[in-house]
Amino acid sequence: MMRGRPSLAICCALVLTALAGCGQPQKPSNKVLLWHWMTDRHDTLLQLAKQYGQETGVEVTVQLFAPSESYSQKVIAAAQANILPDIYGVLDKKSIVADFVKAGLIADLTGAMEADGGQWKNSLFDKALADRRFDAGNIYGVKPGIYGAPIDVTNEQMLYNRKLLAKAGIASPPQTWEELIKDFQALKRVGITPFVSGWGELWLLDCFASNYAFNIMGEEKVFATYRGEVKYTDPDWIRVFGLFAQLRDTGALMEDIVTKGNKYAEQDFALERAAFSFNGSWCVNVYKDMNPNLDYGVIPPPPVTDVRPLKIWGGAGSSFVVNNQSPNKDKAIAFLKWLTAKDQQAFLAKATNNLPANHEAGGLVSKVLEDFARGMDNSTHPSIWPLNEDPSVVEAFDKGIQDIIIGQKTPQQVASAVQQVKDRQMSKGSR
Amino acid sequence: MGLKAKNAVLTRDHIENFLFVFPAVAIFCIFYIYPFYKMINLSFFDWKGIGPMHFAGLANYAELMGDRLWWDSIGHAGYITLIALTFQNALAFALALACDREIRLKRFYRAVFFIPPVLSEIVVGLVWNWILNPQMQNNHPVGFLNHFLYATGFPQLMHNWLGDPKTALTTIAVVNAWKGFGWGFIMFLAGLQTIDKQLYEAARVDGAGSWKTFCNVTIPMMLPVILVVVILTVLGCMQVFVLILALVSEGLVNHTDVPVTRIFSAMQNTNRFGYACAEAVIFGAVLIATSFILKKLADRARQL
Repeated sequence: MMRGRPSLAICCALVLTALAGCGQPQKPSNKVLLWHWMTDRHDTLLQLAKQYGQETGVEVTVQLFAPSESYSQKVIAAAQANILPDIYGVLDKKSIVADFVKAGLIADLTGAMEADGGQWKNSLFDKALADRRFDAGNIYGVKPGIYGAPIDVTNEQMLYNRKLLAKAGIASPPQTWEELIKDFQALKRVGITPFVSGWGELWLLDCFASNYAFNIMGEEKVFATYRGEVKYTDPDWIRVFGLFAQLRDTGALMEDIVTKGNKYAEQDFALERAAFSFNGSWCVNVYKDMNPNLDYGVIPPPPVTDVRPLKIWGGAGSSFVVNNQSPNKDKAIAFLKWLTAKDQQAFLAKATNNLPANHEAGGLVSKVLEDFARGMDNSTHPSIWPLNEDPSVVEAFDKGIQDIIIGQKTPQQVASAVQQVKDRQMSKGSR
Repeated sequence: MGLKAKNAVLTRDHIENFLFVFPAVAIFCIFYIYPFYKMINLSFFDWKGIGPMHFAGLANYAELMGDRLWWDSIGHAGYITLIALTFQNALAFALALACDREIRLKRFYRAVFFIPPVLSEIVVGLVWNWILNPQMQNNHPVGFLNHFLYATGFPQLMHNWLGDPKTALTTIAVVNAWKGFGWGFIMFLAGLQTIDKQLYEAARVDGAGSWKTFCNVTIPMMLPVILVVVILTVLGCMQVFVLILALVSEGLVNHTDVPVTRIFSAMQNTNRFGYACAEAVIFGAVLIATSFILKKLADRARQL
């Protein structure tokens, strides 16, 4: 009779324990949990978290989840399960950030930013803040406010290897597209691969293409295309696609550029296998690790025309948001404020070779980073545009450019194919 | 003991038994049944992964039926599987036959052949990226394969293996076969070692040569193992993903797309979770149907 009782009791206890663990409300504590994806900044963040703990008594736990694609999926899964940490980042399009805000998963930092006469807000680069700011009347229907804090800024520009340029008899870096093509031809003549970039990653290809779309037709016409008022078969868009055909025909591009991840492209440039590259400011740290003696400079992509400015992508490099449902929201905000203050930003910039988000921490960075920093004045980013293209169209656009590069399609064929996807998405009314 | 007392004991036993299986059933339901149900459910919605969900009925499926890239990707996975079924498994079988005999360094070969499958696909991708690198530096090939061709007097054969739509998918299929043949090798070897040696002796006494022995003894006895290897190869190769990501990043345009990369792209690049779920449902159905057909074939082969 007594045989089953202990096991029965154990089973009941296990089930009850399991059930008790589900849905237990979080209680306020003196701990803050931060999830991030930045392998190169993990040690520095750990050091800063430790320092913050010593200064304030608040224990900040820093957890790394890499690579960024996995991190992104983890955050979305955690949002669905309502188990987001106190501080995290949303590595996605602004429309997705907007959905997080509307779902009540991101705290509005406007009050904290504007306290004390806007001391926190004013210390940060405005373009970095714009990435997480929703202005009045924004197309996403989000309540206006600042929904995140940048910990660094970044932009994407062209890099050139001084030694390889000198080998080809090029005295100074190109200022126009025409000069760029001439330099590519000169490099080819002496057996140097002119250009490499991680165009196996579509966003980087998209970034390069949109720089020239802005330059050739201006941002209003680009946005008009997104609204469906201008077709991708317009001569200006064909001219944009044609630039890639020109790069292909010049033999400027590294052979496997369309299947190359950016890590491999960074390796190629650092090991002097190509004279030019297109990359983001984080590359300074990467190149320093791969080849400390690499002698290189930074220039904006040379414009095709001087009628309109060529705008580069730039803004917040990495941003953190605060979980609006966290019981430790105030402590999380206080930590972010501390993390983006001058001293911590200078420490981060020095340790990781990234551009600080706090402009008061400027002047503490290297020459190459200073050149990158100058580009911030002329930067833009899809996350601050009034509207974005449908992701299916963007995918067709980027894959189409890859098709041009490998010689499978002409600019006209790609333009027609992209327009077909655009028409289909417009007719679905998905916008 | 009265009837009531007996019933009480029985009831308690039932409850106890139920509680013992409950954790396993709960885990199965939570981690298998619910996600499966949720995936099918989501496939009827237009959803970005966060925010409001809009019921789309069968729209995702209707779009999928006309999505040429999706059906191309299934064709690509089929091609990779075909290479694995033929080239990979034939090689695995041949090597297993060789290692089943009394040859020198048998154990060494077994260990070496089993290295590729235990390596991570990312590591395999990195190694083969270096082998297949088409880049030239100072007029010399950087990649091992092109360097080998150059050094052995065949520079005309140097090629951008992963960057040319004509060779990219085959190259991926060969790398996949290289990585996968070790599993088949181990299974074939285990199967060969279970064949009673007296059968071979009886065949020899009857005057059968090597080829006849192979056709009439080895193959019939190995048929169940061969079918298991075929099923595992089909299921494994149709779902190839990480290797492609490691070799060609987001893909050579759409020439190297397979179903899982399309599903991943729908979620990651275009934030179409509902569409991705519809793709996953269709792909799951294709795999279940394939497994079912192969299982039937295996059952029939066992009866022969």
